Amino acid sequence: MSTNSVNYGTIFKNGIFGENPVFRLALSLCPAVAVTSGVKNGFLMGVAVLFVMTMVNGTVSLLRNFINPKVRIPSYMFIIATWVTVTDQVMAATQRSVYKEMGLYIVLIVAFAIVLSRAEMFASKNKLLPSLVDGFAMGLGFLLALVVLGIFREFLGKGSLWGNQILPGKPVLIMIMPAGGFFAMGLVMGWLNWIDRKFFGGTGASSGGH
Amino acid sequence: MEATPKEQPKAAPELIVSIGPHVRTEESTARIMWTVSAALLPATLMGVYYFGMPAIMVILICIATSMAAEAGMQMLLKKPVTLSDGSAFLTGLLLAMNLPANAPWYIPFIGSIVAIMIAKHLFGGLGYNIFNPALIGRAFVLISFAKIMTTFVAPATSFMAVDAKTMATPLVLLKEEGMAKLLEVFHTKAALYQDLFIGNRAGSLGETSVIALLVGAAFLIFKRYITWHIPIPFIATVGVLAWMFGGKEGLMTGDPVFHMMSGGLILGAFFMATDYVTGPSVRSAQIVFGVCAGALTILIRLKGGYPEGVMFAILLMNCFSPLLDRGMRSKVFGKAEAKGVKK
Repeated sequence: MSTNSVNYGTIFKNGIFGENPVFRLALSLCPAVAVTSGVKNGFLMGVAVLFVMTMVNGTVSLLRNFINPKVRIPSYMFIIATWVTVTDQVMAATQRSVYKEMGLYIVLIVAFAIVLSRAEMFASKNKLLPSLVDGFAMGLGFLLALVVLGIFREFLGKGSLWGNQILPGKPVLIMIMPAGGFFAMGLVMGWLNWIDRKFFGGTGASSGGH
Repeated sequence: MEATPKEQPKAAPELIVSIGPHVRTEESTARIMWTVSAALLPATLMGVYYFGMPAIMVILICIATSMAAEAGMQMLLKKPVTLSDGSAFLTGLLLAMNLPANAPWYIPFIGSIVAIMIAKHLFGGLGYNIFNPALIGRAFVLISFAKIMTTFVAPATSFMAVDAKTMATPLVLLKEEGMAKLLEVFHTKAALYQDLFIGNRAGSLGETSVIALLVGAAFLIFKRYITWHIPIPFIATVGVLAWMFGGKEGLMTGDPVFHMMSGGLILGAFFMATDYVTGPSVRSAQIVFGVCAGALTILIRLKGGYPEGVMFAILLMNCFSPLLDRGMRSKVFGKAEAKGVKK
């Protein structure tokens, strides 16, 4: 990433498609499976991550000249933990019912590989605005991935969308179970790889994380 | 059982799946697949005899969907279409034998699609799949449609009987109501054993008749397509552990014969666990595989949420096949070893 000329369109495209955290970088898969049994949970989790990533990237970018490189990782963790705590408190105050279900995962955002990796790879080398945009774009990519998985799984597993019953009964119950999460993730990831290879000549997703 | 030995000329008396060096044989994948399918014929016929028209429908849908899915997937992946090797036919047949005869059409349909497309081809096709495709197909529909998949009908007395009577399988009766209720339904212990042996009980359509399955298995063992190393330790472990822990009155009061003949154990042990691709191929590893699968089966039957555990036991052990093979690999002959260095 060069620091002088920044193309915001590229950053957005990168966050949503090219380096989509879930489907392309295969990072933060465990929360992606855990919270996407419904669209609503997936969406709120995505919003939380979007907020945390934007704020963390912004903060790290502002402080990038004051952080000693030798202690940068602990410093980033402090910043991430701060913003996650803020998100956690806001969620607990405003979204009572959802928070009961997924409060645990909100706190776990601290350990998301994608948050730390963007702080390290982008925000620590770029100015404030590009960093904010990058955090937002990456968060948006994560949010979209969770919503896609949520739609897929809730519709097939519960026959509903956003809690509204559409089909009678529960068509394919396995889809809202953890196994179904991996099925959905694998199929969507494979499909995106196929599109990338077929139309853009890419090489597909590679690395794995947690 | 699905295999990938190489098609090669020259004659040799028997088929042995083992770590190299290999001897060439005239066996081919197609011949093995069709022979195993033929060995399943007696049990299939017994299923059709006891469960009538619905059983035929389930079998036909399974086989047709499996073969269509195989051809479709191979065309999509631009691979040669190999319907004639019989592997899709066999997967479909095995899946059908693991389904209740009264399942509505979409159960065999979805099960076959999952088995062939996801469990087989997305893992690389024949020879590369980690898990037994037919069992993955069954696990998928069992978890998704638990109610339908656990509602079994009693064997019908006449072929065209329309009104099927629902009936719990012997394992469900044992789990939920105990041995006393089981004896009440089947009258005496001797009658219970006899019905289990012949297949006159509720259950998946191909798993009920022990005698028909044993005939097919004996044929395969005689042809040396399978060996005793997986099935016998598997069944023996189930028997021993059932005898030790299966009884209500304490240790050593269980009923080993009942546990060995009920559920899908005979079908699973002889026809599913012996799959060349998903099971280990080193002899000692096969014995460990069988013993562990038996222990898992009894664990699930006695302590788990499901009344039957053969399917999950085999799938779980499938994960360990490569590890078992690697850990118990047969000794390499003719390899130079440094002096004084112990292996």
